This record gives sequence, C-alpha cells and structure tokens, in this order.
Amino acid sequence: MKKEIIIAGFGGQGVLSMGKILAYSGLMEGKEVSWMPSYGPEQRGGTANVTVILSDDPISSPILNEFDIAIILNQPSLDKFENKVKPGGILIYDGYGIHTPVKRTDIDVYRVDAMDAVTEMQNEKAFNMLILGGLLKVSPMVKIENVLLGLKKSLPERHHKLIPMNEAAIKKGMEIIRKV
Amino acid sequence: MAEDIKLMKGNEAVAHAAIRYGVDGYFGYPITPQSEILETLTLEKPWETTGMVVLQAESEVAAINMVYGGAGTGKRVMTSSSSPGISLKQEGISYIAGAELPCLIVNVMRGGPGLGTIQPSQADYFQTVKGGGHGDYRLITLAPYSVQEMADFVGLGFELAFKYSNPVIMLADGIIGQMMEKVILPPFHTRKTEAEIIAESPWATQGKTAGRKPNVITSLELDPAKMEENNIRFQAKYKKITENEVRYEEFQCDDAEYLLIAFGSSARICQKVVENARNEGIKLGLLRPITLWPFPSEIISDYASRVKGMLSVELNAGQMVEDVRLAVNGKVKVEHFGRLGGIVFTPDEILEAFKQKIY
Repeated sequence: MKKEIIIAGFGGQGVLSMGKILAYSGLMEGKEVSWMPSYGPEQRGGTANVTVILSDDPISSPILNEFDIAIILNQPSLDKFENKVKPGGILIYDGYGIHTPVKRTDIDVYRVDAMDAVTEMQNEKAFNMLILGGLLKVSPMVKIENVLLGLKKSLPERHHKLIPMNEAAIKKGMEIIRKV
Repeated sequence: MAEDIKLMKGNEAVAHAAIRYGVDGYFGYPITPQSEILETLTLEKPWETTGMVVLQAESEVAAINMVYGGAGTGKRVMTSSSSPGISLKQEGISYIAGAELPCLIVNVMRGGPGLGTIQPSQADYFQTVKGGGHGDYRLITLAPYSVQEMADFVGLGFELAFKYSNPVIMLADGIIGQMMEKVILPPFHTRKTEAEIIAESPWATQGKTAGRKPNVITSLELDPAKMEENNIRFQAKYKKITENEVRYEEFQCDDAEYLLIAFGSSARICQKVVENARNEGIKLGLLRPITLWPFPSEIISDYASRVKGMLSVELNAGQMVEDVRLAVNGKVKVEHFGRLGGIVFTPDEILEAFKQKIY
C-alpha cells in the first residue's frame, strides 16, 4: 500500500494539522510516513499545502509531481493541483471554496460540504476533521481507532478533551461526502 | 508498535539528539528554516535534566565564538543556523579549525545569495567544502538525507570532531529540516564529567594541574616557520580523514548504465527518479555522497569506467559537479542539473533533464 496525498487550501484552514493527524494515524498503523509542508510567506493568504505519504515500504522522495489523492480546500489550490492527480486518482473538495467545476473526467471527484456543516454544528474548528472523515470514507487507508490514537499523539494533553468532538466530526464527514 | 518511534521534523530531531547524546552546550540565533532547533531545546529545558546549556546569543557571530570558548574547555558544544547566519560564522569557524578544536555546526540551507529566500537550497556546498573562512582548513561535512540521519549525525558528528580535533558541519537544507518522518532517537548518554574531559582531551583548558605546562588555545602563531609546521600538521590530519572517513551510499548501482550523483534531500528525490526511470527500462543508479568532505572520489572514479554518463543533481547552479568531474577526470560525460534560489525540482524534471543531457 502506498498513498501519495496533497492537502491544499488557505493558511488557517487546518491544512497542515490535518496532514499531521493523518501522518500520526499512519504511524500508529505501523506504516512509513512523510509529511512535507510548504512553509514560509506562502502561508499568509496564498495556498498552504502539505504532501503526506503513507506506505508499507520506505519512502523515497517527499516531494512529488503527481498524487493519488488531492484534497482541495480553495480555488487557487484547485487551479494548481487539479492536473496533478494521477489518472484514476481521487479529488476531494469543499463545496464552499470552489467556484469553477472540476474538469477532469479520468479521476473520481468527491464533494464534502464541510464549511456548511461546521457552520450548522457551530464549530468551525472541526472543519479539517470533517474533510478527513470524508477522505477516510472514500479511501479507508487507516482505521478510525488509529486516527484517534494519532489525534492523541499530535494534540497536547490539555486538548485531549476535544477528541470526542473530533471523532464526531470525522463521522459527520463520512456521512456527508458525495460523489460528483 | 514500539513506543520509541517518533514522528518529528528534522530540526526537532537535531535538538532531541543533542540532549540525548550528552551535548554540554548549544549556542544559536534564530533563522528560518532551522529555528525549531533552538525552539525545541528551549521547550525541552535540558538545563533542568542533563545540565546542558541552551543559550540564544545576541548574534550568530557571538554564538560561534561561544562555541569556540566552550570547545576550548573540551566540552561538547554546537551551534546551528541557516545560510546567511552561517556566512556570519565563517571567521569563528576558521579560528576553531586553526585552534584544532572539536565542535558541531549545523547549516539548514536556504536560497541565496545574500538574505535570499527561506526556501530549501544546496548552494552552500562551495562555502562548506572549499573554504568559507580563510586559510588552508577543512571541515568534515556530513549531508543527512532523512530525519533519522539528522538525529544520528549529531552523534557521528561529535565522534568525528573529537577523534580528529576538528570542527564538523552537518549540511542539511530546508526540506530535511522541515519535513516530518519516523525517527528512532538515540538512548540517553550522560554528559562527560570534568575528570573524563581531562582524560579525553589533555589539551583542554580545564584548570592547570601540577606538573604540566599551561594549555593555550589559539590560532595565532607569529613565527611563520612554526605556522608552517602547524599547517603541515593540519594537512597530515586532513589526509588521514580523507583515507578513513569517506562515506557514501549506492542505490541500484550494480547494473547501472548511468548514474545520478546527489546528496541530502536531492538524493531522496533522485531515489524516486531511479524508480521511475527503471519502470521505463532505463538502467539508472544513484550514488549519494554522505560525506561531502572527504568526497567519495574513488568510488565515483571506479564507476566512471563502468557507466556511460553521470548527472550531478543539486539545488544550486553546479557546485558538487566540479568534484564529480575531478573524480571522473574526463573518462565519461558528466553534466549538472539544478534549480535555484529556493525552487525544488520534481522527479519528472530531473528525469527529463537526464534524458536531454546524458541519455
């Protein structure tokens, strides 16, 4: 098993931390993982992105030109990464951030209306966990119990009380993801 | 799953490894993309556990001179910075080399010249292996290509520094510093006691003991005849290091008809290029220098009589390629491919360049 994933959006959407939780979940599952962020001025206003690789075998390059899965959380990221999904790959987007339809027909496209859902739930911090839930529904690369272990590992102890809320958000994301 | 496997950034791994290897002092000044080294050390508060000193100096120049002072007492001391900060440290590095003191310097390179950018680069190769500071000196240069090596080379760096009484530099870059992957941290080593330091480093300024001459730490020698003697001694030491400490790694080189030569994060990306090339039926291998000085010239020279061409892949305008060409000595075609100023090449770009320039 090897999954090469790009998560891209605005800084502040929880792009990097979602990647981190996914990487920790992979670690809990005994997989090889790498987490390579775009860092620097890019994170203020433009696109922030992170490449996460989960694999049964040692990982070579942490930097890739194409991906199995793209998680797209704003329009600039769609423009940048739509053409970098491998044929037969997966593109997941949040409906709120995207204004133009996805043009690719050789990939599976999914939509999670996570921004609408968190507004309804009155918990905007759960945004990235809803997206993660959607991802795990269409590509179950790690078990939920390992995601919860991963959350425990990546969150400071004082935030461990938020884990049940995160779990609920992941499950909500699994419910609301729709194929486009 | 073993509990001691951690997920962390390369910079964080350096900090944790420094504490665990029993380092006595870290002196630094923040600069992207390596600030997590000082940040992690500050969060971990090793002064409360191992007694390690962690100090944010007023500048990079102050930090390297604190390293000079600490190294003179036989302590395990280190500093870290990124390219512009490492430029500021060059005078101190030359003095430390001239005084023959052990220490570890970490450079997490970013794009230059000048203040440049904060994105990854490998453009400090010349500065590191061809001088940087003034005078005929050499730095043992280790090039990590994984978070694990960022941790391991702290230990190896101090081992080599003390073995040869010479500064060691770890030449990393923004990719290896910022990426997170699995790492197994070393077990805790206790810091050396004063008695152990006096036994290990009789030259150290640890307070004069009866029956021996005072120890003097200096790089100054106004008598040119004596200064030449010093230089001859340095050169003999460098020769010994060249004979004993060359390190490199080969990937799929056995049946290779062509070779990529790359270090650090470029070597990681090139592993993917080798996978992709072999899927297309091209017999490509990768030779990764782990020590940039001493450079693995002999093995590259051996391959020159076996392969049809080599491509030196670096995040710079063509620096290590000069050492590859010296090793190859005209026997086979050697070209360079790089991206500049903080832009990182993708595996596809490298394969394309290989096809155009070498294949």
